[in-house]
Amino acid sequence: MTVKHAELTQEIQRQAKELLASGEVAAFLGFSAGSLPMTTRPFVARTPQEAERLVWNSFCTVNLANYLPALLKSLEPPRSPKDPPPTGPLPKVGVLATGCWSRNIVVQIQENQVDRSRLVILGVPSRGMVDRKKVLAALQGKEVLEAQEDDHSLRLKGKWGETELSRWAVVRDNCQSCRHPNPVLFDRLLDAASERQAQAPFSQIEAIEAMSSDERWQWFQQAFASCIRCYACRNACPLCYCSTCFVDDNRPQWVGKALNAPDVLTFHILRAFHCAGRCTDCGACESVCPMGIKVRLLTQKLSKDILTLFGAEAGMDVSVPPPFTTYAPSDQNPFECDTCSSKGKKE
Amino acid sequence: MKIRINDHQLIQWIQGLITKFQVFYPLQDANSGVVHIQKATGSLNSDAILKPVSGVPKTSIKTFFMPQPEVIARFSIAAQDAEAFVLKEPGTALQTQVLLNIRPCDARSVALNSMPYAEDPYFQKMLKRTVIIGRPCDETCSTCFCELVGGSPHGTEGMDLVILKTEDGLALEVLTQKGADFLKQNPCAESAGLQPTPQQQGGQELPIVAREMQKKDLLALYNASFWPQIAEACINCGACTFLCPTCYCFDIQDEVAGTKGVRLRYWDSCMFPLFTLHASGHNPRGQKVQRVRNRFMHKFKYFPDRFGPVSCVGCGRCVKDCPVNIDIREVISLMQAV
Repeated sequence: MTVKHAELTQEIQRQAKELLASGEVAAFLGFSAGSLPMTTRPFVARTPQEAERLVWNSFCTVNLANYLPALLKSLEPPRSPKDPPPTGPLPKVGVLATGCWSRNIVVQIQENQVDRSRLVILGVPSRGMVDRKKVLAALQGKEVLEAQEDDHSLRLKGKWGETELSRWAVVRDNCQSCRHPNPVLFDRLLDAASERQAQAPFSQIEAIEAMSSDERWQWFQQAFASCIRCYACRNACPLCYCSTCFVDDNRPQWVGKALNAPDVLTFHILRAFHCAGRCTDCGACESVCPMGIKVRLLTQKLSKDILTLFGAEAGMDVSVPPPFTTYAPSDQNPFECDTCSSKGKKE
Repeated sequence: MKIRINDHQLIQWIQGLITKFQVFYPLQDANSGVVHIQKATGSLNSDAILKPVSGVPKTSIKTFFMPQPEVIARFSIAAQDAEAFVLKEPGTALQTQVLLNIRPCDARSVALNSMPYAEDPYFQKMLKRTVIIGRPCDETCSTCFCELVGGSPHGTEGMDLVILKTEDGLALEVLTQKGADFLKQNPCAESAGLQPTPQQQGGQELPIVAREMQKKDLLALYNASFWPQIAEACINCGACTFLCPTCYCFDIQDEVAGTKGVRLRYWDSCMFPLFTLHASGHNPRGQKVQRVRNRFMHKFKYFPDRFGPVSCVGCGRCVKDCPVNIDIREVISLMQAV
């Protein structure tokens, strides 16, 4: 493990133990080690002993904010839907938050999904998480039986021998293009703030925007052709909390449920639009995709548009309402398009 | 029965099959390193025939037996149509398809799925049209556990034909009558009169894990205390069930475009909120923990109780691709310890 990550693991375990032992939190949400190299498991420690299983490394790719609403609810006294909400202080949850996850927590607070007063947020400036699929590609599919990380390299072993890769070369796309690695909302910060800031955060999007309309359509169809509709992207996303998703509804059936291309593409484009102005580019959707689809390019395009049109980035400040929940006369006129060359005119 | 064949004969035979049938085989993508089952077009690289890729293909071969989706009927909703709303056969022409270089675990999944689908006309139709040419595994992955669940890297269950490596070259063995008939029509070298190798009749012993699970009390397993811990990290996506070769649940929907409608059968997943949702709105598996439990109880208790073996071939796909690293081998250990 990297020196930095080894230190952080110790610090996380120490603080989680302390929070659980003192009773300040009833549960601590973090990661435990996975059963395979380069994997971790989202894990809830409920006793100081369990906190010893917490780890921190380059493979913490799942967004912990996704678990918060259900975990908080599970700690409330049971009640039926018609009972009044509980009064008095409710048990708290400790949670780890990198830059993007903390911004998701901000969005959850703004959307009334979590109660800030019930969270103890341990901020962790992120060094960027590693993409297992990039490692697999770099090794041409050879199986990794052991992975050790140093601060700037990954040492990988298998039946085929061993090799060393540059860590940054296999860091996830969303982490490579990240401009906010530091938590924006926290109670304690576990490490010095990171100074890394991507210079061209939207370069992947600009490459697609530069295509002709026909090329983009080709790209879109091809990029999502291998989707199996497992909905891992949706379910790993802290923004997707509708009690019934439009794809799950069957009366009426908004979208077909099998692998017919129009249905698959409809699902992806609608899911992305539901995240406009709310997505923090945490990359969980892409990391969990079993088929290796670059799912986040759709949400990242919308993040770029939101930044261009509204000057807004999701979850940077609890007191700033998300752009699509407010109206101001100075808002961009939707009939005037500043991003395309045609500059559509009002009638 | 088997015959010896040389590399050249095998290549010629398979190239010949590609001109006559739809042939699908595992191929590694050069960019991602991922193995996918692909349709052979034109002529195959001889390496692809002689040196099958090691490593489990990303998706299983169940899609060839349970297409995603499958049109099971057609209908019209035009008011003037005298036969409006009458379901009709889809009229899809089903030609022979050949699955080449299939791993023992994937082939065995077809045999296991045939048990619950013994009387399912759609599955049986697909089974009839498909010839599986298997290949034993020379190399296993760290996520493979076929032997634990009753398979073997050299098993042939579910295959019609198998290409074997022997000390002095290659051999082609016939395992089923379907395989023998196929070879009669599409001979390879001197294969014309080959009869299927007699298979053990019902004498196949169940793996320990299946016998153990059969003996266990259903409610003790159902009420075991570990389910909430297993389910805690689960995000209830369908990656495990859709990649799994032996998850065979389906749902049916009608889809209408204009005045024409189709009745589709498509994959369902016990992880999904619509799974077992009653018309009343009640769902007996409404919570995450109930859904997660159902997947494992089905594979390792309900299925062996009803059919004998466990409904898992140990391919390790769910272990590799679960977004939150729920490892089925750990779940089996926990269930065995009850």
